[in-house]
Amino acid sequence: MGIWVVVPAYNEGKTVAGVIDDLHKHGYKSIIVVDDGSRDNTSGLAEAEGATVLRHITNRGQGAALKTGIDHALSQGAGIIVTFDADGQHMAEDISRLVEPVRLKKADAVLGSRFLLNQNNVPFIRRLFLKAGALLFRMLYGVKLTDSHNGLRALSRSAAERISIRSSGMEHASEIVEEIAKKQISYLEVPVTITYSDYTIRHGSIFHGFKILFKMLIKQFIR
Amino acid sequence: MELIQIVIILFALFAFSRVVIRVVKKELCQREFVFWSIIWVVVIAVALIPAITSFFAGLVGIRRGIDLAVYLGIVALFYLVFRLYVKMEKIESDITTVVRHIAAKKKK
Repeated sequence: MGIWVVVPAYNEGKTVAGVIDDLHKHGYKSIIVVDDGSRDNTSGLAEAEGATVLRHITNRGQGAALKTGIDHALSQGAGIIVTFDADGQHMAEDISRLVEPVRLKKADAVLGSRFLLNQNNVPFIRRLFLKAGALLFRMLYGVKLTDSHNGLRALSRSAAERISIRSSGMEHASEIVEEIAKKQISYLEVPVTITYSDYTIRHGSIFHGFKILFKMLIKQFIR
Repeated sequence: MELIQIVIILFALFAFSRVVIRVVKKELCQREFVFWSIIWVVVIAVALIPAITSFFAGLVGIRRGIDLAVYLGIVALFYLVFRLYVKMEKIESDITTVVRHIAAKKKK
């Protein structure tokens, strides 16, 4: 079954080549990098490494980039779609663990969790927000997760076709979980390793965390 | 007549003239014209006869006319802001749709 890896990227010129290389080394050849309006040379660097590159002319958000990538993967006949971050937080060797349950038809959506391996280097504030998010998921959607915001996931073709991502920004992660709950897509969590570096810690801020939680709650009322 | 009344009436007349110009230039439709006309007419009426606000305030149980005017003004502003927010979200969503469409087309 064709495994396609979708990598949304925004100004990740420093890490994208390394990420694609890591994926290639583990045997993943079908890679789509969606350049979400980067102002650096993310596109050029990704293309040079042999990835298929789609480019948003202006920055729309990770959710939009993911949707563009997933749609393209589906149009190319992908059987399994893996979403993977461009900043070097994820490890390509974790993909086989994500893809296996999908291949064996045990689940249509496999979500990575950094807490299943009892990682001890998760920054405290991050951990707090992720746990709060997971609790919210449980209350709002009835979905039991240990990690509420992980960009590493594997979706079967049918799950990818059924999940509709309407939000453009960071809330897409919650939206995917909500879609899994609403459309009763079978899901599993598997342990993955998240590599924290100074670079990635600067990326995620407390403000982002609040915004996401806030938007999730608002959505319940706007319906 | 107080200075503030004169200033408000003059401003309202000016604003109303802007509305008329927009309607003539077809930038505003008839419904919007009626809406904004009513707003400015009410502003002029209240500026001319402030006792109007006292009357309505008495009706709903508030002591001063100006308090009622301020409360209503704030409520109206909240509502307008909410409408603007929703509209902006829709515009953002539409822009994303266009950008995504372009990305897919360029790949073909």
